[in-house]
Amino acid sequence: MPLANYPYQFQPRKVRSEFFRLLPISFFVVAFGAAFGLAAVQVGLSPFESLIMSSVVFAGASQFAALDMWGTQVSVLPLLAVVFAINSRHLLMGASLYPMLKDVSPGKRYALLLLLTDANWAVAAQEYQSGRRNLEVIVGGGLVLWLAWIIGTALGVYFGGLLQNPKALGLDMVLGCFLLAMALGGKKSPRVLVAWLVAGFASLAAWKWLPSNMHVVVGALAGGAVGFFWLDKTGKSAVNREGEADHGD
Amino acid sequence: MAIETTPAGIFGLIALMALVTLVTRFGGVFLMSFVPISPRIESFINTMASSVLIAIIVPMAVGGDLGALAALLATAVTMLALRKPLPAISAGLVAAASVRYLG
Repeated sequence: MPLANYPYQFQPRKVRSEFFRLLPISFFVVAFGAAFGLAAVQVGLSPFESLIMSSVVFAGASQFAALDMWGTQVSVLPLLAVVFAINSRHLLMGASLYPMLKDVSPGKRYALLLLLTDANWAVAAQEYQSGRRNLEVIVGGGLVLWLAWIIGTALGVYFGGLLQNPKALGLDMVLGCFLLAMALGGKKSPRVLVAWLVAGFASLAAWKWLPSNMHVVVGALAGGAVGFFWLDKTGKSAVNREGEADHGD
Repeated sequence: MAIETTPAGIFGLIALMALVTLVTRFGGVFLMSFVPISPRIESFINTMASSVLIAIIVPMAVGGDLGALAALLATAVTMLALRKPLPAISAGLVAAASVRYLG
């Protein structure tokens, strides 16, 4: 009986192919990791401490924000509040995977969430919209992104920034462009477009007028509210239709 | 409360940051395990998921420089035309780099 409760079958081969699928984007993650490593030693972290932080926190934007607050002393509550605010998007990202994760045993479920980050989540969420269940990308893709983040940090702390000016090459836009490509590659319907409009305006309003770092959660919840009140009338959920749909990569 | 950035203090701070981040990674799934998945909740989850992406990108476009805007526009156009992420992202980077080089 316990077996029947968790029907999601992990395919080890797919975990490996998802690892290689996110390898290209991981090269860019190495560049950001190097930028973080350099910034970390500049505020006084040792190479080892920087590497530990990248390994166990594994959330770039919040790590950069932490460096901004670093000194001979660090105020704990403000630091943790900022880290929580920036990373609170994970709450929603994880929740959005729950329809798949409930089919995985709790041990595996929380183990794979250790590797949850923007890029691998965006792939899983987009495929789910198209009716494909892909938790393997969280594991395989998460692993390659995690390794890239650590390798990048190591390069940064030992060799300095790899590139004089990553911004000149547009590298600061990699994640934004990747997430946009994922959004546009997903299912689009009038309902989704209205949700995006609401999410866009809500996030902008929050970004302008609310305390910083709240705009992602505010915008996402506003967009979700559209879905809550406007149900897809076609009835059947996309969830159980396996296969087909365009495959992008 | 403040922690001195001695080696022990730094490891304490890193551990706390890791713990808070872990709470965000686990928390959403944990809370959802108490919510029955009705069609309405599923609809909420699905529109919320892609709205996360929009809520990250829109302030990035509005708050960024011309290069950022060019990158996102080029990615959008290429993605809608070709439906392949890698060419779309590459177009975005080329657009950002070109605009910044010229600007």
